[in-house]
Amino acid sequence: METVAIRIEDALKGYVWTVQEFARLCGIALAGAFRRPWYGQDMLYYMDQIGVGSLFIIMLTGLFTGMVLTLQGAIQLEPYGAIPYVSRLVSTSVVRELGPVLAALMIAGRVGSGIASELASMQVTEQIDALRAEGTDPIKKLVTTRLLASLIMVPVLTVIANGVAIFGGYVIARFYLSIDSFFYWTWAFEALRPLDLVYGLIKPLVFGFIVCMVGCYAGLATTGGTVGVGRSTTQSMVTSSILILMSDFFLTKLFIFLG
Amino acid sequence: MIRFSDVSFRFDNRQVLSNFTMDVPPGQTRVILGGSGSGKTTTLRLVLGLLKPESGSLLVDGQEIVHLTEQQMVPIRAKMAMVFQGAALFDSLTVSENVGYRLWEEDVLEEDAIEQAVDESLRFVGLEDTAHKMPAEISGGMKKRVAIARALACRPKIILYDEPTAGLDPINTHLINELICRLHSEEQITQVVVTHDLETAYRVADRLVMIQRGEKIFDGTVEELKAAEDQEIRTFLEPGAVLQTPRCFPYKGGAVRTVETAADSAGPLPR
Repeated sequence: METVAIRIEDALKGYVWTVQEFARLCGIALAGAFRRPWYGQDMLYYMDQIGVGSLFIIMLTGLFTGMVLTLQGAIQLEPYGAIPYVSRLVSTSVVRELGPVLAALMIAGRVGSGIASELASMQVTEQIDALRAEGTDPIKKLVTTRLLASLIMVPVLTVIANGVAIFGGYVIARFYLSIDSFFYWTWAFEALRPLDLVYGLIKPLVFGFIVCMVGCYAGLATTGGTVGVGRSTTQSMVTSSILILMSDFFLTKLFIFLG
Repeated sequence: MIRFSDVSFRFDNRQVLSNFTMDVPPGQTRVILGGSGSGKTTTLRLVLGLLKPESGSLLVDGQEIVHLTEQQMVPIRAKMAMVFQGAALFDSLTVSENVGYRLWEEDVLEEDAIEQAVDESLRFVGLEDTAHKMPAEISGGMKKRVAIARALACRPKIILYDEPTAGLDPINTHLINELICRLHSEEQITQVVVTHDLETAYRVADRLVMIQRGEKIFDGTVEELKAAEDQEIRTFLEPGAVLQTPRCFPYKGGAVRTVETAADSAGPLPR
């Protein structure tokens, strides 16, 4: 019984320690954005890796999300004779929820796990220590640059995903449901409030922060050689996906409260 | 130049170093010998400030570094360079970018001067033809030599080597040993070499320190080491003479223990 209690205590201490170290890493990485050196070229490289590199999968995700949403929406609206208004459903669902969440989950899979495995490999091959030995702040060079690149590129990717999703909905609405183009686009934009667009940009900002920082923390905390690299990559993907879904709920509650 | 005074270090309830004391005067090459897990690499990491001791004093170039922050360590680290066990070259950079990394980061020298320093360092290790290759395209021995060139490019006062010849063939081992000797004789750089390779230790050392289980058990010259009668040192230097059967294993304080197998009591295993 005593052994079980000690194990529970150790596990809880481990979780608290992880949260504390994660918060510390976030603080140092954010503070790094306001002091030299700036590593502009590194940031442009990561923006290309995160943004341009993820563009294709983000567009595919958006396209098929919009298309399937239109198909399903039309089935639900048909009994009320409201099929022509399906674009309202598509645009609001995509901009408020599906666009930011699905884009973030795809980016977590592609970028977050990539960051985790790259930093984990650097950790186990002593490259992080070599950076410190060379007088470089590894958090500033490896984490802050990736964080800033993520904070810029994830909202951009989300906007693109939203646009492609609404377009995907239009393709189905126009050619499968025979809805007039002018009618579709008018109601698609009519349904959106300016605040929806603002909230739709705040969410990807938070998700971009989560994806990058979870990936960086998992990578830098790696121990145990190549097995550890695999573990960190998986851990990064799972943790960031859960945090994205949880934070989406709380952000939505907050936005509903704010109006 | 480097002075450990009663330095102790603990990691996860394991005492890695206990009251370790060592002096490395300027321009000398000090070898730290010891078996795997004896605490050798920890000494280098302490000098670089990558780890902090739990007690004791550690002076580098006359400055106490035990209580310095990461930011305060930067100017101290600028005087030092380290050759890591696995070379630790940056995968995403070419050989020349690796060698010139610190110079580009410091942004003090002109571009031409940096390129010249990189070229000179690569010539010193005989790898001027590999400048544009990626680390993945060169052999293990070449990686170690590039790591030495990287250490050399910034003209450090101190170079630390972690197992510089581990896993290398005899030719590459010879090349690395000669490079360390040349840096000692031509550049008068203070060097600390951690190794368990006796050939390297005898070739490059001015003096040697031997560590077992985090404690210093020997401090002297190569000749003094060879003449030492301590059982633990003899086991390390001539394991074949001390551990005479395949069932002998070294034990605490230089003692030898013999493990009895099932075959000893029950006779040979049936075919």
